[in-house]
Amino acid sequence: MVSAAASPTPLEEELRALAGAVPDPELPVLTLAELGVLRGLHVTGPGRVEVELTPTYTGCPAVEAMSADIERVLRDRGQREVTVRTVLSPAWSTDDITAEGRRKLAEFGIAPPRPTSEGGGGGVKGGPVMVDLAIRCPHCGSTDTTLLSRFSSTACKALRRCEACREPFDHFKEL
Amino acid sequence: MTAALALGDDALVLSHRLGEWAGHAPVLEEEVALANIALDLLGQARTLLSLVGDEDELAYLREERAFRNVQLVEQPNGDFAHTMARQLYFSVYQHLLYGQLAAADGRLAPLAAKAVKEVAYHRDHAEQWTLRLGDGTEESHARMQRGLDALWRFTDELFEPVEGLPVDWPALRDGWLAQVTDIVERATLTLPGGPGGGAWTAGAGRQGIHTEPFGRMLAEMQHLHRSHPGATW
Repeated sequence: MVSAAASPTPLEEELRALAGAVPDPELPVLTLAELGVLRGLHVTGPGRVEVELTPTYTGCPAVEAMSADIERVLRDRGQREVTVRTVLSPAWSTDDITAEGRRKLAEFGIAPPRPTSEGGGGGVKGGPVMVDLAIRCPHCGSTDTTLLSRFSSTACKALRRCEACREPFDHFKEL
Repeated sequence: MTAALALGDDALVLSHRLGEWAGHAPVLEEEVALANIALDLLGQARTLLSLVGDEDELAYLREERAFRNVQLVEQPNGDFAHTMARQLYFSVYQHLLYGQLAAADGRLAPLAAKAVKEVAYHRDHAEQWTLRLGDGTEESHARMQRGLDALWRFTDELFEPVEGLPVDWPALRDGWLAQVTDIVERATLTLPGGPGGGAWTAGAGRQGIHTEPFGRMLAEMQHLHRSHPGATW
């Protein structure tokens, strides 16, 4: 283990920027940094890097693809030994998606998540209750939208329909 | 790590049961919803079983008697209402259980803190369907009640203390009963009477004693891996 207190070296900052720029395999408009899943990067020796990644959902199948992509870009940058570790704590929250990430999601046709009521922690009290607050249609901008299903094409999205333009759309649901 | 095995098996077995709905759910949205819930559970199972040993070996190469899941999760799907009754009983339990584990400082706390947020959606899904079916047509009401009644006797086992878990079991049981009662009554249904378990059911799954349908489920789940050891996609 590397001391977490040490501030990143210029090399670590450069490598972290590279790893953070890797696109999400399922939502390629977002980078891993914008999704907020890149937790840490430490150079542990010459050509040796350890990366900490947190999954969005426990069963998210994209984690393996993310790890492979990170390993590839860091190897291309001359790092011979790249280890990607999955960390669970603190649990990822949709609050970890950056403002730029939210903007890109909306542009891509996915309604971004709203801030969670519990500030990301625990989730025991809040849960999925406040979903009926306005969620804007990413196509026409109307706030008159209804929930079709809390589960959509991937675990992290809910399926909604806009009552104004009648188009269905995905909503990145709060977690 | 018997606790991780017990909770991992709960998640794995229920995940497989929910996966059996693929291609059979009443509407496409439900097909996707059940598959999503199954995927969450599978992710939890992988994390938990990996604490115990090799996840594939544990899932595919153990005999029935070595599984430590509660009998509730291995019960066949039945009709959609039956599956929702199973989901209601289990997801309310799992939500409370993970909530307690997340608050405690144990080895399972990181997973529980993450999974509790996923399970909140499962619990809400089961609640919404219980309300809709219970307070729906005469037919849906009858089927939902039948599901609740049929699975009630597997509920006592949920509160059998699992060794090594920092859980207040009586509080878990009280919380579960209060929440389930509230949902069932709002759905204009009746909380089943009678014992929530029998001499042969209470705690038996945690000791490796399973009901007859479980063997058939395992045969299907393990068939590919056992027939083609080491096969990969």
